[in-house]
Amino acid sequence: MPKKLTTTLCLMVALMLTAGAHAADRLKLSSTTSTDNTGLLVYILPKFTAQTGIRVDVIAVGTGKALKLAENGDVDVTLVHAPSREKSFVEAGFGVNHRTVMANYFIIVGPEADRAGVGKSGSAEQAFEYIAKMQVPFVSRGDDSGTHTKEQNIWKAIMGGVPQGKNWYLESGKGMGETLTIADEKHGYTLSDSGTYLKYSDKVDLKILFSRHSDLLYNPYGIIAVNPARHPHVNYIGAIQLIGFLTSPEGQKLIGDFKDKLGNQLFEPLAVPRG
Amino acid sequence: MDYIIDAFLGAFWLILSLDREIFSIALLSLRVAGIATVFATLIGVPLAYVIATRDFPGKRTVLTIFNTLMAVPTVLVGLFCYAFFSRRGPLGFLDLLFTPTGMVIGDLILALPLIVALTIAAVNAVDPRARLTALALGATSRQTSWTILLDARYALMAAILNGFGRVVAEVGAAMMLGGNIRGYTRTLTTAVALETSKGEFAFAMALGLILLTLALIVNLLLRRLQEV
Repeated sequence: MPKKLTTTLCLMVALMLTAGAHAADRLKLSSTTSTDNTGLLVYILPKFTAQTGIRVDVIAVGTGKALKLAENGDVDVTLVHAPSREKSFVEAGFGVNHRTVMANYFIIVGPEADRAGVGKSGSAEQAFEYIAKMQVPFVSRGDDSGTHTKEQNIWKAIMGGVPQGKNWYLESGKGMGETLTIADEKHGYTLSDSGTYLKYSDKVDLKILFSRHSDLLYNPYGIIAVNPARHPHVNYIGAIQLIGFLTSPEGQKLIGDFKDKLGNQLFEPLAVPRG
Repeated sequence: MDYIIDAFLGAFWLILSLDREIFSIALLSLRVAGIATVFATLIGVPLAYVIATRDFPGKRTVLTIFNTLMAVPTVLVGLFCYAFFSRRGPLGFLDLLFTPTGMVIGDLILALPLIVALTIAAVNAVDPRARLTALALGATSRQTSWTILLDARYALMAAILNGFGRVVAEVGAAMMLGGNIRGYTRTLTTAVALETSKGEFAFAMALGLILLTLALIVNLLLRRLQEV
């Protein structure tokens, strides 16, 4: 009996050790769930791997956590869409080589019936005013994400603060996809990035009610390498190679060519200035 | 309702088509949970035996602690381990975060209290006369402990299966410590969480059914082992 046990034990330990035996160059990228859910990373990163031989491990979490992981040096590079937080991140010395990679716009989606009349509003602020006036359900991300911050800014602009505690204001604390699902269930409205909405358009009955491009709804994505002076162990060169790839004419073309199954372009490449 | 039917069909098709990605995800689930359970058993059973058969000051407190730890939320264990494994933490230099090894350690912490607490109960359920008889017949303490554990083997197996069940089905620690990285630390449970968050309910359910099937197979195999 003990011999069998020893053999089993040795096999188990061997199995366990082989688990971490990936010798190839690896890069850890933290990104947001909404970015990951659009499918862009799954589409574009293998091309980066083919060119450089670097395998990219994507850890998709909320914006706050993505930045925290980068701050702690648990990842090598981060790709988020929260400009003010990215700025603070770099200013605090946590990251270097910040580049704006791409952008899309936030849209306000809601039920086709549109009781609040958002479809007729002239601005995002006005749309939110209509929602507050009619007290129709509005689902907030409530999770400190880039989308959540944007949404909060609009509420602050029109009423000095978020309508927290109102029974029509629902904070999901979840990712964009799930928040859209909740809004759909409640026949309510929500602020969404266009990429995630287009991905979910066949799963929810929500319609795009406001999609005018304005500064307030602008949603740029930035990539930042973790500061190697603070965390000498990070794969800094790999991070710079990824930033280089995504901001190269080739990478930017790939981003621009990325479409959802209906043929909609999800992101506008921004890194390479037009000639 | 139709997505439940889709799920069953989906699971059937996924298994039949031997989809490579599903296969590697399932294999990782088994590997991580399996290794964690093995180590939890190797550490936990002797520990439990010692606690059960010896009297020492604070024994009741120790029992209470293990019993309480059985109910610790998986995400809490994940957070706790993250504090240690993060680069900012004391064990950061071991590079355990976002690796299967890190996940195994998290699962070990989850399975251990369960196996210990249930093994203590199993050992205590054995007729106390068995131990005295063994000693009277001249058995060494090692032989005695084997006799007791063999006597308690059904309850012992239940304890181990319970431990395995707890860790193969958990999401909190696996997500936190593994990061759900595609092709590396994605298990069936973290994949279910991901697909659910994407609204792919049928696919998520199909993955869940595959997990249940695997758990069933493990149970059947171990039951055969027990009958040997």
